[in-house]
Formats: sequence, structure tokens, C-alpha cells
Amino acid sequence: MFFLAVIGPGLIISNVDNDAGGIYTYSLAGARFGYLLLWTLIPMAVILYVTEEMAARMGVVTGKGLSDLIREEYGFRTTFFLMVAVLAVALGNILAEFAGVAASLELFGVSRYISVPVGAALVWVLVVRGTARVVEKIFLFLCVFYLAYVASAFLAQPDWLTAAYHTVRPTVEWNSSYLLLLLALVGSTVAPWQHFYLQSAVVEKGVPLDRYRETRADVLVGCISCMAIVFFIIVCCAATLHAAGHTEIRDAAEAAEALQPLAGRYASALFAVGLLNASLFAASVLPLSSAYVICEGLGVEAGIDKGFREAPIFYWLYTALIVAGAGLILLPGTPLVRIMVLSQAVNAFLLPVVLIFMLKLVNRKDLMGAWRNTRAFNAVAWGTVAAMILLTLVLIYLAVSGAPVHLTAQGFAGPPG
Amino acid sequence: MIHCTELLDASVYDAQGHYVGRVRDLCIVPAEQANRIARLVIARGRYQSLLARYDQIASVGPGAVRLNAGELDLELYRPDESWLTLRKDLFDQQIIDIHGRKVVRVNDVGLLEQPVNGHVELHVMQVDVGLAGALRRLLKGVVSAAWLRAVEKRLPTRVIPWEFVDMIEPDALRRLKLKLPQSRLAELHPADIADIIEELAPAERDAVIETLDDATAAEALGEVKQGVQARILEEIGKERAADILERMEPDEAADALAELPADTAAEVLKDMEPQEADELVELLQYEENTAGGLMTPEVFSVGAEATVVQTIEALRRGPAPVDALDTVYVTDTGKVLTGAVPLGRLLLAVAGARLVTLRTEQLMFVDTEAEEKEVIELFDKYNLRSLPVVDSDQKLVGVITADDIIHRQWQRLK
Repeated sequence: MFFLAVIGPGLIISNVDNDAGGIYTYSLAGARFGYLLLWTLIPMAVILYVTEEMAARMGVVTGKGLSDLIREEYGFRTTFFLMVAVLAVALGNILAEFAGVAASLELFGVSRYISVPVGAALVWVLVVRGTARVVEKIFLFLCVFYLAYVASAFLAQPDWLTAAYHTVRPTVEWNSSYLLLLLALVGSTVAPWQHFYLQSAVVEKGVPLDRYRETRADVLVGCISCMAIVFFIIVCCAATLHAAGHTEIRDAAEAAEALQPLAGRYASALFAVGLLNASLFAASVLPLSSAYVICEGLGVEAGIDKGFREAPIFYWLYTALIVAGAGLILLPGTPLVRIMVLSQAVNAFLLPVVLIFMLKLVNRKDLMGAWRNTRAFNAVAWGTVAAMILLTLVLIYLAVSGAPVHLTAQGFAGPPG
Repeated sequence: MIHCTELLDASVYDAQGHYVGRVRDLCIVPAEQANRIARLVIARGRYQSLLARYDQIASVGPGAVRLNAGELDLELYRPDESWLTLRKDLFDQQIIDIHGRKVVRVNDVGLLEQPVNGHVELHVMQVDVGLAGALRRLLKGVVSAAWLRAVEKRLPTRVIPWEFVDMIEPDALRRLKLKLPQSRLAELHPADIADIIEELAPAERDAVIETLDDATAAEALGEVKQGVQARILEEIGKERAADILERMEPDEAADALAELPADTAAEVLKDMEPQEADELVELLQYEENTAGGLMTPEVFSVGAEATVVQTIEALRRGPAPVDALDTVYVTDTGKVLTGAVPLGRLLLAVAGARLVTLRTEQLMFVDTEAEEKEVIELFDKYNLRSLPVVDSDQKLVGVITADDIIHRQWQRLK
């Protein structure tokens, strides 16, 4: 029970972060490029901590959610367009979660036409009946599944020296396959919706300023555990899939092979359970928190405790997100893996926009007083904004100029599966 | 009726029809009149902004304002803290809807045009918090004003009349300068005030508490959930905290005090009246989940010899709180509990009857050490509305009422 007592929003968020889209993105990074992308982890950990800490600090100091602050300082129209973007990105992520549900249960031979509607209904009922908080903790506990990757990574006897070398030595390839995966990596670890979620959670907890250290520690622990998991998934996939010449992941069965050193022929069962848990966990958090953030920003009544009559828009939005997310997965021929990875790249497109708003707000003296950003924090965050915009532009250039583009056929995720 | 959104960024023309600039903001000067737009701030690009006084406005319409004065007659704009500016202070901010008893966000402000000797005065009539206002903000400048007005007519409107709007200004100095009208929040039920307080950010909720008198603040605070309660008490300063705690129900005050850090609680107790402080210290000794932690020490009792008339006389003299009273307890000279008389029996009895003869056949009571679960079981089994609590010497020390039990259970359900 102690475990349940100490978990804070920081730890929850970092585990929701490693959702279906995340697992596939990390697996693909390891499978396709081996240890090459490991260098991104340290900068990403710094970025993740810096940006999450900013959100948590704003929550504690102002006592207001991020969308509330943006609304109060930038007005209705700006907030509206930002919320539309958040909605679109959230939908992409929810789509990815249901793709995860479909992919994991297909390993057990369950058709997606059964698993996805049942999963969607389950999530909807859990949240609306208010049992989500309890279930959340069960999901979080089941995240011990990620330890399977740690064990599997050790058993696969990876080349630790090479892994260490690539962790500190950046290698950049200027082709769209590499850059898109790089963007997806950043987008899945530093997903922009998590800043909204984290700040609201901190506000709801009502953390007083003199106990802010605990929140900061929670955020730090969350970031480190998140990045550690990413590291082991990439190393594990590099040592198994990449080493065996599997540089593509076309379906869940192929991704599951990374767990063979640990689980042998039970690898796919283990992977399926883990992926299902990660997908349902995120699917129970994402639609709810997105609907909440959007309603908050637009000044519409929100909250499960309000009831349908009092907060109709909130309920419709929440329901629509789940129905659309699950429904699109059921369209014939939907490429599950590609959706899961692309949704993470879309996260990365929105990230600089959200960061710019956060930076503007967190440096306002009238809002934050002595709790404004330090120079180092500003440098990291503005650097991230610049880097993300640059990466996106380069990617667009590569796509438009017809340079080595692997977005489709043999490129991104193989044939629709 | 014209909307603030339609006037913001509208072109301003002077008496000769020359373009002056664009409307940047609308200001109320509360010291002059509480709801009249007293000044328009006119932005002129890189030149200093100008001010148009209310009697310099000839006509207004969506997107255009005409003045009855020349550009040279207009004052230069200097920011004034004591003015209420619609765009900065009201737009997108949270306000309290006194009528609807909740916190809402402003989408737009509705103004009424009143022609007065050759000029037009604008009066703030209502605040728009619904879809119509949102759409107006979103589509302004994208579609024509006339078309927008036609669409709005089909939308459900959600407006709050200006007199039911309570502004929240976290800065106490600014609040003084603004001379906001007396908050009407105090008219609400304390439980509704508590709900509103729980929805606000720390700075805003402290501001709301500051506008309430001690008694109202005490009642409202008693209904606020415990974590928030403690933070408010810490933030409003120990003197005010002491004043409010003195007026709270002792059991609620003790619960609130127990949530504070030990040294803060000690300081607050030092600032309270000695008698009230002693009572609280006594209550604080009991474990939270025992009968002692649940009870209030304010209990009404009379001696066994008392008659009905004497009892009612005693009640009239006070200071026992009678609103929630449902049972009169009977004690002997050593304060030992000997009986309970439901108020109904007292009501029907003849004036001279002695209370001893009116006692219930069975006397229910619990010890201060009794577990909460045991107490709840008794309430449920015997359908109690109140239950007396005695110490180890059987002396009456307090009473637990049904609302305490319901409150606890509800907190747990949430």
C-alpha cells in the first residue's frame, strides 16, 4: 500500500507516456537503427524534466490549469485554436491506444471488431462511474511489465560498450525515415498534452508552495523512470530485432520477438498483456483529461462529478473522443503500427507551440513573481522550441523535395497491417 | 444592446468624420458610476493612446464609433488602477454568478445604449457566459456583424445580469481602489459559498474570504473540504484565522486546526479567546476517528429537578444553539448523564412537569474512546439523530449529531 501512497501525478504521467504509441516508437527505433538513436535520451530527459517542472511550478504558484492561464492571458480566440489543435493531437493518441488494444488482443486471436468496441465501452463506463481513480492504480502497478524489457535486454547480451558509446555520441542521418523517428521519439516522451494534464493534477492536489519540493521530486522520479524504460526497450530491440536483421516492425508479433530472450515462446503473450495494459491505461486517462482541458479553456462546465445535465458538452466531447478513436481503428485496412508511430510525430509538431505559451507565462512577473524560470531553464526550453521547429521544417522540406522519402512503402511501417 | 466585442477594435471617427484610431478598451470609473462606460481608450498605433469621455461619444455601432468632439479635444491616456477595464479585468476572467451560485468565465459583456442630450451613454447590463458570446469572439472580423447577429439569435443565450456579478480581485490594494460594490456573496447559503471557494485558485479564494464577515466566513469554511480549509487558514494570517475559528462549530474548528502544522496551530490558538481556545485544545486530544473526535462540546443539559418551564426559560436565555437542537440532556449534580428528553416530548408536556419524568426509557450514549464505526452502527440501528458522549467518569462532555455522521460518510464516498 505504501507504493500507492507515494505515487504522484509525475509518476502517473510518465507511465501514461509510455503508451501503445510509445512502445512501438521505441521498438522501431531499436529495430531499425540499433543503438544509433540512444544519444537522444539524455537531451530528451533534460527537456522532459525542464518542461514538466515548468508546468508543475505554474500549477503550484498560480493554482490554475494551463488552459485556464492561456485563456486568461491570451483571450478566447487563441485558446480556441490551441484547443482545436490539442483535440486533434489527443484524437491521434487515442487512436493509437485503441490500435494498441486491437494489436495486443489480435495476438491472442481476438478480432479487433470485438476487442476495440469492448475496450472502448469498458473505458467509458469505468470513467463515468468514477471508478477510474482506483483502476488507474491497478494499471500503474501493471506497468511493472516494462521490467520484462530490462530483463530481456540483459538476457539478449547486447553490446553494452556500443550502447554506452551511442548514448553519449550523437549521430544524425539526414533522411526522412531517421528524422521522422527522431521526432516521434521526442513526441512520445515529451507529449504536449502531458503538460496540461500535469498542471491540472498539481492544481487539483492543492500542493502548497512550501511543499513544492515534493512535487518536484515526483516529477524528477517520473522523468528518470520514463527515460530508463525507453533506454531498455531500445537496447532490447537493438540486441534482438536489429541484430537478427529485422529492421521493420510490421505487426505486434514482430515487436513481441524482442522479448524472446526472457519469455521464449511466451514472448508474444507477455508483450500482448503489457501492450494491452499500457493502451487501456492511457485510454482511460487521455480522453478524460483532454475533454477536461478543452472545456476548462473554453469556460464550459467540466468534470465527472458534475453529471450530464450540468456539463453536456464535456460528456459529449469525452464520448466523441472515445467513439471516434475506436471507430477509426475499425475501418477496414487501418494500418495499426503506422498510426501508433505517426501519432507520436504529430505530438512533436504541437510541442513547440505549447512550449511557447508555457514559456511566455512562466516568465511573467505578475503571475510567477520570484518563481520565474532561471536562465538555464529558459535556454533549454527555447532551444527545444527552435530544435523542434527546425526538425519539422527539415522533414517537410525532405517530404516536398522528394529526397530519400520513406514515408510509405518500405519506409515507415511496412504494408498496412 | 451592443456587445463589447463589437466595439473592441472598432474604428473611431471624430466630429468631422476623420479617422482617429481603434477602440482598445472600455473603462468604468466606479467612483463616478458603477455601471457606466466612462472612458474609451483609443489606440493610435505608435502614437500615444487617447481617451474619449462618455459625453464625447455621439453614436456607436458594430465596428464603428463616432465622437461629437474633435481629435484635439481628447485627453491623453494614462493607465489608472482605480478604473475597471472591460478587456483586461473582465474578459476571459472568472467571476462569481451570485444568482446561479457558481464560478463562470466571461465571454463577452452586453452594453445598453442610452441617448442623453446629444451623446450616447453605454451602460453595462449583463455578462455573457454562453455559446453566443464565444461564437462572437471567435468569428469577429471573419464574418459580417449583421450575419453574426442573425446566427446568434438562434443560439441559446446564457447571460448574467450585471447586478448578480461578483468580481474577484485578488489584489487587496487594487480592490480598495476599485471601490467594488459590497459583495453579495454573503447572501448565499454557506454551503454554496464553500462550493465556490473550492473552485477558485488560492489567491482568488483568499480574496473571497476577505470580503466575508467572520461569521459567514466561519460557516462557509466549515463546509469546505479539509485540505483546502487548512490552506486557507494558513494563507489568511493567524489573526483572521483565529477570529474565524472562534465562530466555527467547535468540532469543525478542531478538525480544521488538526490539519494545520503544529506550530501554526499553536500560534492561532494563542490569538483566540482563552475560553474558546481551551475548548479546542480539549477536543484536539481526542483521536479523529473516535466519538471524542466526532462530537461537539456544545451540548445543552439541565438538572434532574428542572421543570419544562425552567428548561424552556434556560433555552431562551441562551447561549445554546437551538437550530440543530433535538434532545435535552439531564444530568445530576456531578454532571453525570442520567437521561435524555427529545424536544417533541418537551413540547407536548405540561408546563410544570419535571424532566426526570419525561426521559426516554432507554438511554443511549457512548464513551469518548468509542470507535467511529461503533458510533455509526448505533446511529443506524437505533435511527438516532443525536448521541451524547460521556468521559470515563460518565460525565456528559459532548454530543454527536447526525449531520456529523453524514458529513464523514460523504467525504469518504467522494
